[in-house]
Amino acid sequence: MKILVCISKSPDTTSKIAFTEGNTKFDENGVQYIVNPYDEWYALVRALELKETLGGNVTIITVGNAADEAIIRKALAIGADDAVRIDADPKDAYFTASQIAKYAKDNSFDIVLTGKETINYNGSQVAGMIAEELDMPFISLATKLDLNGTTATIEREVMGGVQVVEVNTPFVASCAKGMAEQRIPNMRGIMAARTKPLTVIPVTNNEEYTAYASYSMPEAKTACKMISPDNMDELVSLLHNEAKVI
Amino acid sequence: MSTIVYITTNNGVGKSAFEAVTYAKKMGEEVIAVTVGNADSSLLAELGVYGASKVLVDRNANVDDDQQITRVIASAVETTNANKVVFSHDLIAKAVAPRLSVRLKAGLVAGAISLPSTEGDFSCKVNVFSGKAFGSVTVKTDKKIISLLPNSIQPEATSSACTVEDFNGNAGETRVKVLNTKKPEGDIPLPEAEVVVSAGRGLKGPENWGIIEDLAKVLGAATACSRPVADIGWRPHHEHVGQTGVAIRPNLYIAVGISGAIQHLAGVNGSKVMVVINTDAEAPFFKAADYGIVGDAFEVVPRLIESLKKFNASNN
Ligand SMILES: Cc1cc2nc3c(=O)[nH]c(=O)nc-3n(C[C@H](O)[C@H](O)[C@H](O)COP(=O)(O)OP(=O)(O)OC[C@H]3O[C@@H](n4cnc5c(N)ncnc54)[C@H](O)[C@@H]3O)c2cc1C
Ligand SMILES: Nc1ncnc2c1ncn2[C@@H]1O[C@H](COP(=O)(O)O)[C@@H](O)[C@H]1O
Repeated sequence: MKILVCISKSPDTTSKIAFTEGNTKFDENGVQYIVNPYDEWYALVRALELKETLGGNVTIITVGNAADEAIIRKALAIGADDAVRIDADPKDAYFTASQIAKYAKDNSFDIVLTGKETINYNGSQVAGMIAEELDMPFISLATKLDLNGTTATIEREVMGGVQVVEVNTPFVASCAKGMAEQRIPNMRGIMAARTKPLTVIPVTNNEEYTAYASYSMPEAKTACKMISPDNMDELVSLLHNEAKVI
Repeated sequence: MSTIVYITTNNGVGKSAFEAVTYAKKMGEEVIAVTVGNADSSLLAELGVYGASKVLVDRNANVDDDQQITRVIASAVETTNANKVVFSHDLIAKAVAPRLSVRLKAGLVAGAISLPSTEGDFSCKVNVFSGKAFGSVTVKTDKKIISLLPNSIQPEATSSACTVEDFNGNAGETRVKVLNTKKPEGDIPLPEAEVVVSAGRGLKGPENWGIIEDLAKVLGAATACSRPVADIGWRPHHEHVGQTGVAIRPNLYIAVGISGAIQHLAGVNGSKVMVVINTDAEAPFFKAADYGIVGDAFEVVPRLIESLKKFNASNN
């Protein structure tokens, strides 16, 4: 079983969000990057569990620059076998997906796993785009994934509920909560990660479909209006007359 | 030129579909709705009221297969000569829109919260960094796809019902076999709800959720919860809102016994008005709230229910 896991970075949730260069660039000053939680906790760990029971190989791939090798080493320390970095700043979702799809096509994987979304841009775009490029079925928001030979049984989130589907390899799936439990890398893993293979390859396609032109911050919130716990009539009246939401 | 709107009918034809059609209509070109599966024609005809000139239905495609839906929309784009496709940003759109983007070589704005700019480049506003900031996304390709975040626009009824036509979109083979689907009956889908009542660990145990459900009932609201509450099994997982759960942006969000951790706020800070009820005056949620009540949920919520009942009675 050859599994490819797509890993991206995301700013630690406590990072201060600010912009520079006339609000056209994210201000990375002092920002701590982590492995996008969905990629690490769910996609990577489930891939490792499948490998542990069925044998095979788990490769991680990221589209990013040299600074992203820190998150790659973290994923290797958790247990991935080898890593690929496509050497570019990810320009947009299509740019990112087309590089990954090209690599996946050339190296034929049985399963391609991604996280549900990156928490910085929340696009949920990359996985579907990879699937279309590869002409593979795409199971979004998988919360459980079991394999029997080449047939996978997958539970996924659907609107207001849960659905169970069956699909044959090869396929792409995006992973959500429920797939696996977070693993903390141990010392042996961290040592081993230093010598695991990391291949850096150049971009193969420079096309981008979209671009972030500018950013803005929400207007400062007006101070919270405090209401006495004994006076719920007042709250109801404010919600009706002032906020106009009931 | 025309604009295609894909209508997800898995939970009926409702508010988010009307929003998407209204949005497309406001972009100024003919609006053609496209859907797959077996939705009732009289329901689909309602889309005309919001501006669709007709509805094309491919009854042979599988509503749960994103590859088939993508092919159907792509053929509709071709036969109608459309240059824009609009979705409501639901779970189906999150899988189909990126596929369609590649197939049509059309840039995608995922989760738009505004109409495209009318001057200069074609760009739309989206939430970024878990709702802590906004971004303006420019689409550089000729064809454009927009996936509209629910509750970003008011549906506007301006016309009358339209025709519903069968359409063969060459869906092709299905490679995804659905074994079963479990859906709760009769609930208001959380992302569509205009009012949401949510509770956290402050409620102490699942047996205390009666007051939350009663409050939701008088408001016609959906219920939600914080993550630990879903993790320990007090509430079902689909109610969990926040960074790792569902992101919502109702008109009114009432948070009871929730501290307001940054990861919780990430999923709810798009709400227009937030009311926070918490015993701790220092709870971080008060910094994000519009109206705050420092008090015990077990006393405040029943009082609020009484006040709302009085209000409902005098307004009917
Ligand atoms: C990576 C990551 C992702 C996360 N994602 C999410 C997410 O998506 N959604 C989410 O919700 N959390 C998420 N969390 C967890 C989050 O950090 C908080 O731990 C969680 O939101 C706290 O839940 P809570 O407010 O219900 O509980 P608590 O923090 O325990 O707060 C309970 C509150 O109830 C108040 N209270 C107690 N008794 C009463 C009473 N009688 N009446 C009124 N108020 C009372 C208390 O003062 C307190 O403020 C995430 C955490 C991490 C690390
Ligand atoms: N730069 C990247 N390199 C590798 N994988 C990525 C990258 N960006 C996004 N992904 C993957 O695609 C998923 C969805 O990302 P997004 O479409 O940005 O929400 C993430 O959870 C990752 O698994």
